[in-house]
Amino acid sequence: MSSLAHVPQDPLPIGRPRVQRTLGGRIVLWLRTNLFPSVTSTIVTLLLLAVLGKACIALWQWGIANAIWFVAGNDTSACRALRGVGACWAVIPEKYRFILFGTYPFDEQWRPALVVVIFIALFAVSSRRSFWRKELFLLWVVALAVIGCLMWGGFLGMSYVSQDRWGGLPVTLILATFGLAVGFPLGILVALGRRSKLPAIRSLCVLYVELIRGVPLISLLFMASVMFPLFMPDGVNIDKLLRAQIAFILYAGAYLAEVVRGGLQAVPRGQSEAADALGLSYWRKNLLIVLPQAIRHVIPPLVNTFIAFFKDTSLVLIIGIFDLLTTAKTAIIDPAWQSFSVEVYVFVGVIYFAFCFAMSRYSRSLEAQRGPT
Amino acid sequence: MTTSTPKRPPARPLRLSLDDPRIAGLFWQILVVGIAIGIVAWLWSNAVHNLSVRRISTGFAFLGREAGMPISDSWIEYTPKNTYLRAFIVGLVNTLRVAVIGIVLATVVGTLVGIARLSTNWLLSRLAAVYVEVLRDLPLLLQLLFWYVLMQGLPAARQAWKPVEGVFLSNRGLILPSVPLHDANLWTLLALIIGLIVFLIVRRRLIAQQMLDGKARPVWPYALGLVVALPALVSFLVGASWSITLPELRGFNFVGGLTLAPEYFALLIALVTYTSAFIAEIVRSGIQAVPRGQWDAAKALGLKPSFSLQHIVLPQALRVIIPPMTSQYLNLTKNSSLAVAVGYQDIVSIANTTLNQTGQAIESIALIMMVFLTISLGISLFMNWYNARIALVER
Repeated sequence: MSSLAHVPQDPLPIGRPRVQRTLGGRIVLWLRTNLFPSVTSTIVTLLLLAVLGKACIALWQWGIANAIWFVAGNDTSACRALRGVGACWAVIPEKYRFILFGTYPFDEQWRPALVVVIFIALFAVSSRRSFWRKELFLLWVVALAVIGCLMWGGFLGMSYVSQDRWGGLPVTLILATFGLAVGFPLGILVALGRRSKLPAIRSLCVLYVELIRGVPLISLLFMASVMFPLFMPDGVNIDKLLRAQIAFILYAGAYLAEVVRGGLQAVPRGQSEAADALGLSYWRKNLLIVLPQAIRHVIPPLVNTFIAFFKDTSLVLIIGIFDLLTTAKTAIIDPAWQSFSVEVYVFVGVIYFAFCFAMSRYSRSLEAQRGPT
Repeated sequence: MTTSTPKRPPARPLRLSLDDPRIAGLFWQILVVGIAIGIVAWLWSNAVHNLSVRRISTGFAFLGREAGMPISDSWIEYTPKNTYLRAFIVGLVNTLRVAVIGIVLATVVGTLVGIARLSTNWLLSRLAAVYVEVLRDLPLLLQLLFWYVLMQGLPAARQAWKPVEGVFLSNRGLILPSVPLHDANLWTLLALIIGLIVFLIVRRRLIAQQMLDGKARPVWPYALGLVVALPALVSFLVGASWSITLPELRGFNFVGGLTLAPEYFALLIALVTYTSAFIAEIVRSGIQAVPRGQWDAAKALGLKPSFSLQHIVLPQALRVIIPPMTSQYLNLTKNSSLAVAVGYQDIVSIANTTLNQTGQAIESIALIMMVFLTISLGISLFMNWYNARIALVER
């Protein structure tokens, strides 16, 4: 996205004598150049400091000084007495199991917890450049299979848990990961189709991409939840989670196709012509020559699309699938805890932020490795 | 596909084998299109069967029936006795109301934050960076729910916050002073818009003339005449009154003024802050894309900073900014459909209610898609036109 993030800061004016300064002197110099260089800038700094100080004090008082961290049982009267004055973080230890894992059987919740760990490990491994080999693909297949086994269970003494009891963070991660894992190959195919010389295939791909990108994700999710059953023959009853998953795959496919297409356009024509001259078939040419170069070009925007996609999984709240945001919203239906939604949203926000921030840092480090283009 | 053009070597005779690229191309196309048509036909036949089994009528006849759904926040006349069609129009107006105002505000806020991000003031640029990073990395729906909860936690109307005289913030939403819109005021507004358009045309011609002979012509008399004097004259002639009505607290609610319902206000804040974070990054990279040499060269020519910003740097930055900005505008419009999560009745929410009341899922969703495809196309066309206008004219 921002390919210009590495424009260097202004260098110090040339010719300034390099004076050995004391630490205090350097701090004063830094303050003078960065916070108080001119009258306007000084006014801005002082104003901001005042506002920031006030906000920090208010946040400190609400979030820490006056906050209540634990209450006994469901007795929230102490929290309610402090409403608006202090946060009631007690809602988190009380509800975190439900927020993280939904209605998954309580004694079996080590399974979704393990699934989350596997997911994170999988992402961590995939982000390392040294692991970008064919074996990674195998690893993904194995890991996703293990995740499926753990969630469903039904063997090795693990009881069977049907999908409608899944919830929380694992569902968010499943929707995002499977959506990307299937949507990415789909996106590549569509991107190739959109650049194909065959008019029928090209127009089909254009139609698909523009149709999906032109409408809000919610309408696709509505389609999956209310229209899809109408389109199935009698007796075929596909689970709600799977239907949403299909909608997400189609959605991811269209957006990723556009990113990949951008990469394909950046590969010089000569590459594909040389492959033709060597007599490679269409698929070998694209798989071995064109796509590796194209995808390398667009890794940062791809990661940005992943981030957007991860955030967008929260929209399943509207069709009533229990992802992380839905469990958070449901957790505070409990009358005793009803008025502490802000605390719960902050908790869930931290989780979402951790994932997205990690991805965006990663995207930036990739850009930095590649250097300015 | 193309048959031979005169200069080409004579076409090879067709071999009826998949090794021949032309035959292969034809084969693949027929195969893919066949599969696509097959799938659609299969889905369609299932749908027809299912609809007849479930006794759901098809077609858009339901639009003429009485909707019976209450809509609390509407800019046009509506009662539950009105038809579904009217309900959909109300929803469309509500969607546009959020989208248009949201786009304008997000552009303003985003541009300010983007410029702040480039400030030499360390504190200001850090704060802008934190703003961008935090808002970009949280799901919009979470932010929307958060703002809505905050809105509900505001004091009741009687204890409303009064930051400025005439502005109230309470759990009834934001109440602002307003100017009554009589016919006379509308005529004046119309005169203002016409004056502005004519002024822009005149200005373009003046600049074109200056391009020819190099003589600068003053623009301000036209501005004064067309944008100030003309509306003032019309206002005087039709007798428009511009007295501002201040909202007042009577009993448990407010009277007068312009009310932004909490649902609308929460949605607007969420959309504006979220989108502005993305716009800030676009603006920042757009300005950074203009080489420093351009500033220096303008300075060397003796141009004033404001002049060089307006005529040298901004036109170049805009070329980088406009295309990604278009997709942000489209995103904001599509994201406005999250309204359904807080109960603001936009087109998606109304379609959803209709769907539950009538069971006509296909038609309702088709309507949503049509509306959004039209809006998307409209924004794309406008932005493409604007982009073409400011694009670099290459020789």
